Order: sequence, then C-alpha cells, then structure tokens
Amino acid sequence: MSDKTPEDKVRPPERQYPDPRAKLKQEPPTTGHSWDGIEEYDNPMPRWWLWTFYATIAWAVVYWILYPAWPMVSGATQGVLGYSSRGEVADEIAEFEERNLAFFERLNETELDDIRDDSELQSFAVNAGASVFRAQCSQCHGTGGAGVQAAGYPNLLNDEWLWGGTMEDIHLTIRYGIRNEDYADARWSQMPAFGQDGLLDEEEIDQVVHYVLQMSGQDHDAELAEAGFEVYDWNCASCHGVDGEGDYFQGAPALNTAIWLYGGDYDTLWESVYYSRFGIMPGFADRLRDAEIRAVAAYVHQLGGGQ
Amino acid sequence: MSSPDTPPKLYAAREPIFPRRVEGSYRTMKWWLLGAMLAIYYITPWLRWDRGPEMPDQAVLLDLANRRFFFFMIEIWPHEFYFVAGLLIMAGIGLFLFTSALGRVWCGYACPQTVWTDLFILVERWIEGDRNARLRLHRKKWDGEKIRKYGLKWVVWALIGLATGGAWVFYFTDAPTLARDLVTLQAHPIAWITIAILTATTFFFGGFFREQICIYACPWPRIQAAMMDEDTLTISYRDWRGEPRGKLRKGQTAPEGTQGDCIDCMACVNVCPMGIDIRDGQQMECITCGLCIDACNDVMDRIGKPRDLIGYLALSDETRERAGEPQLPAWKHVFRPRTVLYTVIWAGIGIGLIAALFLRSDIDMSVSPIRNPTHVVLADGSVRNAYDVSIRNMHGSPREFRIELSDGAPFELELQGIAGQTLTVPADTQHSQRVYLTAPAGSEEALVQSTPARLWVVETAGNERIHTDTVFNGRTQ
Repeated sequence: MSDKTPEDKVRPPERQYPDPRAKLKQEPPTTGHSWDGIEEYDNPMPRWWLWTFYATIAWAVVYWILYPAWPMVSGATQGVLGYSSRGEVADEIAEFEERNLAFFERLNETELDDIRDDSELQSFAVNAGASVFRAQCSQCHGTGGAGVQAAGYPNLLNDEWLWGGTMEDIHLTIRYGIRNEDYADARWSQMPAFGQDGLLDEEEIDQVVHYVLQMSGQDHDAELAEAGFEVYDWNCASCHGVDGEGDYFQGAPALNTAIWLYGGDYDTLWESVYYSRFGIMPGFADRLRDAEIRAVAAYVHQLGGGQ
Repeated sequence: MSSPDTPPKLYAAREPIFPRRVEGSYRTMKWWLLGAMLAIYYITPWLRWDRGPEMPDQAVLLDLANRRFFFFMIEIWPHEFYFVAGLLIMAGIGLFLFTSALGRVWCGYACPQTVWTDLFILVERWIEGDRNARLRLHRKKWDGEKIRKYGLKWVVWALIGLATGGAWVFYFTDAPTLARDLVTLQAHPIAWITIAILTATTFFFGGFFREQICIYACPWPRIQAAMMDEDTLTISYRDWRGEPRGKLRKGQTAPEGTQGDCIDCMACVNVCPMGIDIRDGQQMECITCGLCIDACNDVMDRIGKPRDLIGYLALSDETRERAGEPQLPAWKHVFRPRTVLYTVIWAGIGIGLIAALFLRSDIDMSVSPIRNPTHVVLADGSVRNAYDVSIRNMHGSPREFRIELSDGAPFELELQGIAGQTLTVPADTQHSQRVYLTAPAGSEEALVQSTPARLWVVETAGNERIHTDTVFNGRTQ
C-alpha cells in the first residue's frame, strides 16, 4: 500500500505539533449571563434567520391591510379584501345550492314513486333527505328513526304505519303534519277518552283491554276477553277494524301486531282507553322547500318499512 | 469577538463557498449517481403500465383524489396503508443500516439537496468558471459581465427548478394529460401553485441555501451522530500521517521526521461543498461526499506520496494505525452484530410485505352493524337487524357478488332495494349495501340479547369467498 508502513509512523509522544482538533476543543465565548451557574454560549445565529424574522413582520403588516385584523371598540378592522369567514361559508352554501339546483328540479318533476327507479336521483334524495331528517325530524323520531315509545313518537323503521307507508302517504304526512291547526289538510282524527268522558265504566275498560291483549297474542284473562269482545265491537271496531287491523285513513293503529305506539302492556293499554291519546306532528309545507319534503319522504321510505 | 467593551454580534452572515472542480473516482461515481437519480425522477411519471380500459395506465401514480397508489403491477388502497407504513419503516431502518455502516452516505451521495446542489454548482461552473474565477466575480462590483453571468446562471437555475417542480406534479395525475393542460394553460391552479412552490424551493435551496439546509434545517445530521460508532466507516484525515503539516517546494523534500505528508495545499478545503476543513476531524457539517478524498489523492499522486491521507476509515482504525497495525478490511467493519441486526429487521419487514402483497385478496369486505337502533320489531313479532356491508372490488373489471349467510343460519337475508342476493360492484370501487337479517317471531335469536352471525361475500363468476363475523341483536325486554 505505501512505502511508509504504519510502523514507521508511530507518533513519538515528545513530537509536538498543533492539535488539529484545537478549534473544536476551544470553548466559544459566553454572553456573560449566568443563572445558577448555567451560562449561555454566544454562538451567533445565521443572519438569514434574522431576515426571515423581518419577512414575517412584513407579512403580518400586509395581512393587517388585506384581512380583518385589529380589534376596535366595536368590531374590528375589516381589511381591503372584504373577507369574512361567514361570507366564505355563505359562498360555499351558495355554490352547493347551485350545484344541487338541477337535482332539486328533477326531484320536483319526478313522480314520487318513480324516484327510486332513478338510482342517481334516489341517491341524491336519500342523502339530502337524511340531512333534512337530522335537522327537522330527529328531535322526535330519533337520529336513527326508531322513535320514542314512551312519548308516542312512532318508529319509522318497522313495517307498520299509522297513516300509510307509501311514498304518497309519507309525503302527505310530512307536508301537512298530524292533528295541527296550521294546515287544513293536516291528518286529523281523535279517539274518545272512553273512561274520562264516561263512555265506558272501569269494568268494561278492563274487559276491552283483555280483549286487545288476546288479539295481539299476549297473556290475558279469557273470560274478561270474551266479555270485552262486545265492548270492542260496539266502541272500537269502527276505527281499529273488526280484527284490530287498524285503518290508515283515520290514523287508527293496528292492535293485532307486535308493534305499539305507546306500549302494549295492560297498564299502558288501560291508560290509552281511559284517557285516549292525541299525538301531534307539525306540517313542513311552509318550512321546507317542496324538493326537500320529497327528499325526506324518499329517505323515510327507504329506512326499512316503505310500502 | 466578544469583549466587555464591544457588544457581541448576534447575527453571522453566511460565508459563501466556492467549491473547486475536482476529478477522481468519487467524483466520477457521484456524476453517475446524479445522472441516474435525476433520470429516475424525471422519467418515472412517463412510464406506462396497462391495467385494463377502466384503470389509469401510468406506472407510478399517487392518485390522491381517488385514494389510490399505483406502482407498476401493485395497487394500494387506503385500507392497505400498512404497505406504505412498512415501506417507510424499511426506509428508516435502511438509513440506520447505512449510517451505522458507512456514516452519512445518504447525505453525501443520494440526498436530493446534495444532488441538486451538485447540479447547480455544475451550472455555476459552466457559466462563471472554476473557483478562482467565481471568487473574482463574487468580489467584483456589479458590472456588465457580472450582471450577464449572474443573470444567466439564475435563469438556468430557475429553469432547472421549473423542471423539478414540473416533474413532481406528474406523479399525482396522468402525466401526458397534465403536460397538455400545462402547455395550453388549462391546468388546475393546484398544479401551478405546486410547480411555483417547488420551483422556488429548488431555486433557493440549490442556489443559495445549499449547505445551510444541512446545517440548520435538516434534523438528520443530529440524529446520525447517535447511529455512528467506532466501527462506522467515514471520511477522516489520517493526522498521524499528515502532521505536522508543512509547505513543500517543488523538487524539495523535508528532512525525514520533521514533516508529515500534508503539504497544507488546501485542496481538500477548496473542493468541500460544506466549506469545512476535514483535517479538523469529524464535524457535524461533513456530509461525506468524498470530494476531499479525490482532491487529496490527486495531490499525493503528484508529490509522490501514498494515497489515502484522507480516506474512508473507522474510528477504531485510527487507534489501530497509531499503534502501528494495519487498517481492518472494510467488510470487517461493516459486518458486525449491529448491522446484521438492522439487515435482518429490514429484510424481515421486506419479506413480510412481499408475502402480504401476494397473499392479499382482490375482494374485501367489512360489515358495520347499524346500532341506532340495535334492532327493529316487525308487525308479526319477528326481529330485524340492519348492517352496512362494504364490498371492495379491487379487480380492474366489474364483478358480480352474492351476499350470503352461513348454511343453516336461522335468519332471513334481504338486500335493500334489490330483489335477490346478487349485486354488481364496478371496477376498482368500494360499494356499500344495506343488508337486513330477520329472525322469526318467537325464535331464540329474536329473544336473546345477541347471537353470532356470519356474512359471506361470494364472487359469482369465480370461487373467491370471504366472510366477516358480526352479531344479531334480539329484543331483550
């Protein structure tokens, strides 16, 4: 490798020359500050860092001029660009509104029952309907559409309906609501308060409740139920049907199924017969656009129970 | 510099560096590497790869808009991000391996900052001449020549920057289409902004910031110190051989024993792109580019001294050579438990990823049970649960799938909006389908809190079938 073998070059200890690492071993000067014996090296920082710092200041000044910045006694400086985050949101909403316009028009023009045959339109309607549902309907019917039985808010996911489950029915219900004074076309019916108004005595109510329990396949007293048949036939069958199948035209719930609006146990049924029920729902014809109502109808229809 | 009378200067200006031209084996290797890496960078987005009519035909494509990554025959979906994570871990461990074996070999040969700075210095040298000419021009007052040369240099730098930023955007969308849009000025603003930013960063990082990026901005030099040990091969000056350094006149020889081999010609300092003196020992600024080795070997050849006064050696070699023993062969430094362990981990992850790539299925499913509400009671007393079944068709063509239950499962299966159990998922798409399971009234499943259920997705044309386990909730009250 070389004419100078390493043996020749063992460094004799007495041979002195400048230590090549002296520059590194040398301590940099300190600033003279000392806190509890901790001192600060005075290593200068690169000058372009300083320029970068000045550049950020210049940037800030430009920003103050262009954008809202300084708080004043009331409000803040507005900036020459006229920017506001609310305005930005409004612009975005307007942009989406415009993009959705064609779909809304198509929704309005398409027959309710034909919407689901147009997969693109159906997809739009379901998504638009879902967002309207969350804002307008979920307070009572729940975000998942399961309703609240204790309060008599119906479950929209099952296969039973009070006022009908076709697109037309659902659409009409959403449009005008149920038992409200706001719309002449609102769904309307009223069950008598058989106990409170003295139409039936407590014994007859007891009998008819047992008959309803029998009709829906629950535990009941056979003797009372047999007596209850006559009470039912005279007082209830005209709305709830001879076999308890209910009636969409009067919003009369079916009594021969496993689904109950307020509950199907003895106590709840007794309460329903004695005091009656009067569930209401607002109409949305004046609150939502037609296309939005159609979209919610499409959404509710596909939740699992649409007819 | 700081005395009680004069306040210390808090800010230091950059000292400009004018690396001299050098020739040698390391420089030659670096030219080839530079050419290869720039070629890979600029050519890759233009390579084509046929994946069928419905898929992009760009060999390497980061399709951010559609959440897909294409690499020749491989397509990565977002849910397979572990491949990317695995590659990043491999890159990390690969850097550990190379750093513990060869020091900052990444910094010196492969880092884009080094490669582009090299390219920029090459341009500078073409236009202004070598070190001395550049120094003269730098010190000169602004005149016609300086304006002309600096202006030309900056224009060429800006064009290189433009090409760099311009090539970058091609990785993210179809390159020929974007190229046409760029030429006809119809490209998306994002493309222009990206090109502008990368042009500017390339221009300033390669032209003006250079070594300052490595010293001040990059965290890697600081981390690397922790990965180097006494067996790491790195560029060092053999001070036992070189010192005491001294000038030497032509045809003169110093008396034996009074002077080392270093003739203090400053060749190693003049070629250094980092502006350091390697003879000061290991320092954070050194990116181990090897140019000082070339410069010194050239001088040693000319004065008839052995080569490698500056060379690749390990810290342990230095004490060994001082004690009169020869340097260990490089492989003995490189092959040690630490590097073996890194290699094993690196290769293990690599083999694992390749295995995972070949084992993965082209269809994939996931099931999210609808929990709001947990179940629905139907009029006849039966209980229904809803599930969103997501099917991913990773084939390049549409496929028909059938959703099934295990044989003998006590549920009735229904797809929302579809009669029957089959549906078609378009090519390279994820499709979500609402599925209903119903347990008959009075059955055990309808009454107990939960029952296990297994959903299958079967490719009707092929025989691929996959399943996911979920649960069915009964009415508990």
